[in-house]
Amino acid sequence: MAKHRDDDMLDSVSKVKLTASDYVIRGIGYVFISLFAIACILPFLIILGTSFETEDNIITYGVTLFPRSFTTAAYELVIKGGTIWSSYLLTIILTLIGTGIGLFICAMTGYALQRRDFPFRNAISFFIYFTSLFQAGLAPYYLLMTQTYHLNNSYLAVLLPLMISSWLIILMKNFAKSVPHELTESGKIDGAGDFKIFMSIVLPMLKPGLATVGLFLALGYWNEWYQSSLFLQNMDVLPLQYRLYKIVNEAQSLKNSVAAQYVTVSNLPTESLKMATAMMTTGPIIFLYPFVQRYFIGGITVGAVKG
Amino acid sequence: MTAINPKKPVPYSVSGSLRKKLWNSKTLILMCVPAIIYFIAFSYAPLPGIYVAFVNYNYRKGIFGSPFVGLKNFDFVAKSGKLWMLTKNTILFNLVFLLLDNALAVIVAILMKEIQSKSFRKVSQTMMFLPYFISQVLVGLLVFSLLNSDTGFLNVILKGLGAEPLRLYKTGEPWPFIITLVHLWQKTGYNSVVYFAAIMGIDAAVIEASMIDGANGWQKIRYIILPSLRPTIVILLLFALGGIVKGDFGLFWNLVGRNPTLYQKVDIIEMFVYRATVSDFNFSTASAVGLYQSLIGFILVLSVNTIVKKIEPDYSLF
Repeated sequence: MAKHRDDDMLDSVSKVKLTASDYVIRGIGYVFISLFAIACILPFLIILGTSFETEDNIITYGVTLFPRSFTTAAYELVIKGGTIWSSYLLTIILTLIGTGIGLFICAMTGYALQRRDFPFRNAISFFIYFTSLFQAGLAPYYLLMTQTYHLNNSYLAVLLPLMISSWLIILMKNFAKSVPHELTESGKIDGAGDFKIFMSIVLPMLKPGLATVGLFLALGYWNEWYQSSLFLQNMDVLPLQYRLYKIVNEAQSLKNSVAAQYVTVSNLPTESLKMATAMMTTGPIIFLYPFVQRYFIGGITVGAVKG
Repeated sequence: MTAINPKKPVPYSVSGSLRKKLWNSKTLILMCVPAIIYFIAFSYAPLPGIYVAFVNYNYRKGIFGSPFVGLKNFDFVAKSGKLWMLTKNTILFNLVFLLLDNALAVIVAILMKEIQSKSFRKVSQTMMFLPYFISQVLVGLLVFSLLNSDTGFLNVILKGLGAEPLRLYKTGEPWPFIITLVHLWQKTGYNSVVYFAAIMGIDAAVIEASMIDGANGWQKIRYIILPSLRPTIVILLLFALGGIVKGDFGLFWNLVGRNPTLYQKVDIIEMFVYRATVSDFNFSTASAVGLYQSLIGFILVLSVNTIVKKIEPDYSLF
């Protein structure tokens, strides 16, 4: 097999003789990793397969990888219902605005906090870091958001809380440390102010950090359902994942999600509708993540252990 | 650039009076202001509201107008045995998670290193990373599609084999195992990255030298790879211990949160607090349990940090 030839070539390069146990471990590696990797995507393939299956077949035969009779009826229903596009638009807007503003604030703060000549960096760092050590808890937070800020049924209740986190600022700080301090120094000599230095010298050098933190933020917004479940219960247009949450958990939401004129409630294809909605709300992530995962890997290795 | 610049660099403004310091670093302070306002608004502002844990909350009177009841809210959840049950579940789940998470992540990372084909490694890593990128809501739907007794994948297979279907959504017993499995399924791709990076950082010459000395595959893992992973393992385990009273709420809630028969056995602190807040509007009890959790968590993180500072000062948080 091709794979084995690959191995032999690599081994002959390193000129070290492998023992039998090396081959055993390698064999276990290929088998175990293959099985685990398949297990990781199998549930998605089942959802995908079932979303193209007719409702009758799902009820009779159960979920499936390979639909017995291929149909796009569930997708057509979701699309004809029309409201999914409002959810898409809302989610895209929240993601773009939240990621944009959050990224800028994280970058600005992260850069300032790693400047060795900034006398208040330790105090401000601790002020920010403390928020991850001790929290008020859900009930006081909920009361503040609803009674004091009156953010119940406001999209700001989703947009604002996800915008910044102490972890992302620390991550950005670590990325900013790798921008040579001499660049800031030379900017100072040229008479540029700190903000100018940040905008025109540091920001362009900070691209890997911006990509990583930006993607963590965007993923957070796209997958958000928690704040929505607290504050957006009575909204007509819901973020995608909270829409999915309601469709999965509440029969009424499922009925509301498709236009009544296309189907009578009694023959609503409940199961395939859930699957089709799941695929449509998650599709963009599944298509995009293979291309951006290296930034997440970078973020994990930069930010995981060292705070 | 600076090296050939004859001008002396502007001296750091770390000395001088406070007013001078403030003035010299005004731009940097301003750059931090949005973040400071943010954390005041969303992390510090809720703190006074903790007082709700000590009152009998009345919607019309507000937190600070409601009658003070001392520790009665704590007493109530403690006496019913609920608090102990929640604490026990939360800690047990997290202990199992942190041991299995790290063990499996180390195994995957080591086996990944053994795989020589670059494309195989890349494709399998991408596949293992998928569960990290999806929402917990979808995880809930995936598990339901696999396990429900009418149309679930598992029962389709069992039926095909002529076996009786398993009614997993009718009983709480199997859910500790299911939740643990799903947790591992979702987190291993992510967790193994740190260990894989650490293994790749091992000097290839050391491994090669051991092989020339006749070390077999198992010895190589036992005497070279595992010892060099030890600091990473210890640090990650310690920090995980610091978070041992915080649960993986999203996972639990989307798997069993809305089904009382299931969550009785696996109820954790966060699920109780969420239900008390969002469904029961029992803010005083919710806040009492939440404060109890925050305090234990805070003490644990401080202790862990003290230990880390002693054994590996570079990795301490503060």
